[in-house]
Amino acid sequence: MFTKVTSGEVQTITIQFEGETLVVRKGLNVAAALLEAGVKQFRETPVSGQARTPFCMMGVCFDCLLIIDGMHNQQSCMIEVAEGMKIERQLGMATIEFNASAEQGL
Amino acid sequence: MTDTFDLIIIGAGPAGMAAAELAAKHGASILILDEQARPGGQIYRAVEIMANRNRVELGDSYHAGLTLVNAFRDSHVQYIPKASVWQVSQGGEVGYSFDGTAHIVIGKQVIIATGAQERPFPIPGWTLSGVMTMGAAQILLKESELAIEDAVFAGCGPLFYLVIHQYLTAGIPIKAVIDLTPKGNYLKALPHLFSALPALPKIYEGWKWKREIIKSNVPYFSDVSDLKILGEEGVTGISYKQGSTWKTLDASHILLHQGVVPNVNISLAAGCKSSWNEDQACWRINVDDWFQSSVKGVRVTGDGASIGGALAAEQRGRIAAVGALVQLEKITATEGDHLAAPYKAALAAEMRVRPFLDALFKPSDTFRIPQHDNTIVCRCEEVTVGQVRQVVGMGCAGPNQLKSFSRCGMGPCQGRFCGLTVSELISETLKKPVSAVGYYRLRPPVKPLLLQELANLKITKGDSL
Amino acid sequence: MITNAITSASRTADAIIIGGGLHGCSTALQLAMRGMSVIIIEKDYVGRHASGVNAGGVRRLGRDLAEVPLSVESAKMWHDIESLVGDDCGFVASRQIKVAETEEHMVQLQNRVQQVKALGFDHEKMIDQKELREKLPAISDHCVGGLIVEGDGSANPFRTSQAFRRQCESLGVQLKENTVVSRFEKKEGVWHIHTSMGKFESPNLVNCAGAWGGKMAEMLGESVPIDTRAPMLMITSRIPPFIDSVVGVQGRPLSFKQFVNGTVLIGGGHVGKANPDTNETLLKYEGLAINANIAMTLFPQIRHAKIVRSWAGIEGYLPDNIPVISKSNIDGAFHSFGYSAHGFQMSPIAGKILSELIIDGKSELSIDAFSINRFSNDSLKP
Repeated sequence: MFTKVTSGEVQTITIQFEGETLVVRKGLNVAAALLEAGVKQFRETPVSGQARTPFCMMGVCFDCLLIIDGMHNQQSCMIEVAEGMKIERQLGMATIEFNASAEQGL
Repeated sequence: MTDTFDLIIIGAGPAGMAAAELAAKHGASILILDEQARPGGQIYRAVEIMANRNRVELGDSYHAGLTLVNAFRDSHVQYIPKASVWQVSQGGEVGYSFDGTAHIVIGKQVIIATGAQERPFPIPGWTLSGVMTMGAAQILLKESELAIEDAVFAGCGPLFYLVIHQYLTAGIPIKAVIDLTPKGNYLKALPHLFSALPALPKIYEGWKWKREIIKSNVPYFSDVSDLKILGEEGVTGISYKQGSTWKTLDASHILLHQGVVPNVNISLAAGCKSSWNEDQACWRINVDDWFQSSVKGVRVTGDGASIGGALAAEQRGRIAAVGALVQLEKITATEGDHLAAPYKAALAAEMRVRPFLDALFKPSDTFRIPQHDNTIVCRCEEVTVGQVRQVVGMGCAGPNQLKSFSRCGMGPCQGRFCGLTVSELISETLKKPVSAVGYYRLRPPVKPLLLQELANLKITKGDSL
Repeated sequence: MITNAITSASRTADAIIIGGGLHGCSTALQLAMRGMSVIIIEKDYVGRHASGVNAGGVRRLGRDLAEVPLSVESAKMWHDIESLVGDDCGFVASRQIKVAETEEHMVQLQNRVQQVKALGFDHEKMIDQKELREKLPAISDHCVGGLIVEGDGSANPFRTSQAFRRQCESLGVQLKENTVVSRFEKKEGVWHIHTSMGKFESPNLVNCAGAWGGKMAEMLGESVPIDTRAPMLMITSRIPPFIDSVVGVQGRPLSFKQFVNGTVLIGGGHVGKANPDTNETLLKYEGLAINANIAMTLFPQIRHAKIVRSWAGIEGYLPDNIPVISKSNIDGAFHSFGYSAHGFQMSPIAGKILSELIIDGKSELSIDAFSINRFSNDSLKP
């Protein structure tokens, strides 16, 4: 279980994870914030579909990859939470929208 | 923004900060790029923020890092945090991304100070949700003030005892400690004790931490010859083998650690030559006394070259900076010798304890060279020990051919958590020395780069090169 | 430095091939299949360079007209590659499409179809915008049509090199890796090949040295204006399947392909620097950026894919961008090199042609266009 040990003053912000609203501590990285919130699965590997959670917390292992504000393959341990941030699990390969008009991409 | 700098430093840990601060004093124009949001590296992570909080468990040696961070903040350098360096090439080209845009800048001299990462710990179940490195737990404690309750700690090394000590001090419940220090290491370390004597207070401190763990009411196990992490969806327990008996502990968090190794991806991709070091069981970058690598104008220093610890890294950063200043003709070679003398003396003193620590905490072969066929070697592409052995049996002679045969090492982490295992596993399978087996040939970008970032690359070269 | 490990028996052969790339192995295989004893001398290891790290395109589409008949024959061999080398080489048949971005491109491609037809081939066909969008739903709206070939494909280059190697070895071909040639001598009809591992002897010497082929030719007194460059490739992390064709573009040197595992390979285009003496390649980011831009122009949504790796191989380019496949002017010497970054598909047929030149004295298919003499001053005279 992840528990807070801070004695400092805590400010919170609101983020969305998988459509659910989470109140998290300001200043945390996304990975830490989700771990504290009790999230047990961040991504599923593209090879076998195994559930993964952050392993190294320092940008080395790439197991904390999430979709953050629509962007895939984000190393969540390296990104600070922001008010209103929309976060989703990354299941398998990163997806790219190919059904939208091609021109939107430019 | 200036596009050409006298000196570009990669990494704002102890080595990078010390190098930047010293070089700036001697009039060099400096760009320092760091992946984290704040200076300090992993060792002094978030030290500025924690300064005003009552975090005694983190210890004096952590809080002492604030002095270096403050000196760095006061120096005249261009510091870009949250910058991800994806390439250093010959000729001083440094490619980095910041805020979704990729840039290439030129350093007349480059110092790579990318620090250490944790050694891979390939055992059955090490990819399960709920398993973390112990370094990760410490980073969570330092920066996010987050504790992991009721975790099983398994591993060895100075940091292993330190983090458990920090947990005990903070009163965070620990499920059990599995001490994997090989028994034979005590004897192997003994001959190095004499030269380590000046560091006796430190060794004593480490010994005290170990006593503290054993005397605490946390279950403590040693003489463990094998480990398996259990679980399907996530961790449910850990089995350990003592003698010929397997025993099991229920647990939902496992923290693993068996020492740190140089973070070499940028250096190797830059073409720096490296050598296998048997004492530390890792690849080290070949550098001279001034931390000059085999690539002209590129220095590799601190733990990124070879493991020496934070205090050594600080001195090594300064010595590398002096080397760069001489090359830049900011100071003469004689001035350089004079300037570096105290740093070199301090470094030598700091390094005297190293052979003792290396011998005492060298992880056992069992946990470096996985034996169970189903153990995952490459976390990204989920390549197992059995698959590596099979491919080697088909005539694959080294790590690079292994990549082509099996995709091992070709996922997003680019071999960071399998490279060492692969070198040693192939060495063992082919009965060839690790030095002859070699390491992955690393290819830029060393950090994944968005295609649109590459497409919009801003190449801003100065006139001087 | 002569090692004792090599017995004198293995120092002579009916043919000695310089270069353990795909062309060297393919030639060795064809010779061995016809009963010749063969030694391959390779300075690094099999498939270390262009053979093992190329984009793996098995393409008839858009070939130089001189290459078309060879390429068509080679394609047949690729479709049955398993019977040749005992492994499918990761070959996946697929269509290849060359995209036209403008009406002007369409005219150029139509002319091309006529030229190929005039040679007696009809594998290249035009498609209009509607068909293009059917075949490539992710293609940018501005593209107007293209040229298509059904039944081309791609293979895994490293696996292919290894399959050819294994098949060679099973037929008794001897591989001498980490062996560097220093000079050739011809005495009484026998080539004496001096290397870092001692001397080898054979009546037939075959230059399949790829980017180093020019150097070998020069040692035989047959200089060619070869240029060594480093074609750059980059690959993305896995993304869901979105293209099942190998895609090129008219007027732009780009190839674009998605593997079964989801990774996308972007190759062609701007080249990096190569140092054939040190095996080093230097990536040019300006060039990679342009290649990435072209990729985004064609498939706009690919912009959010992550590039996880880029690399370059060392390749030999000739001024007319077609290889040398030729007898030497010296008896008992043969050349097959300088494929100018499109030799992968040609390797099965080129090996067969070389074996015919060596054993029968002539090849079934015409190779006049690939003569080593085409660069000499004499051949330029009217």
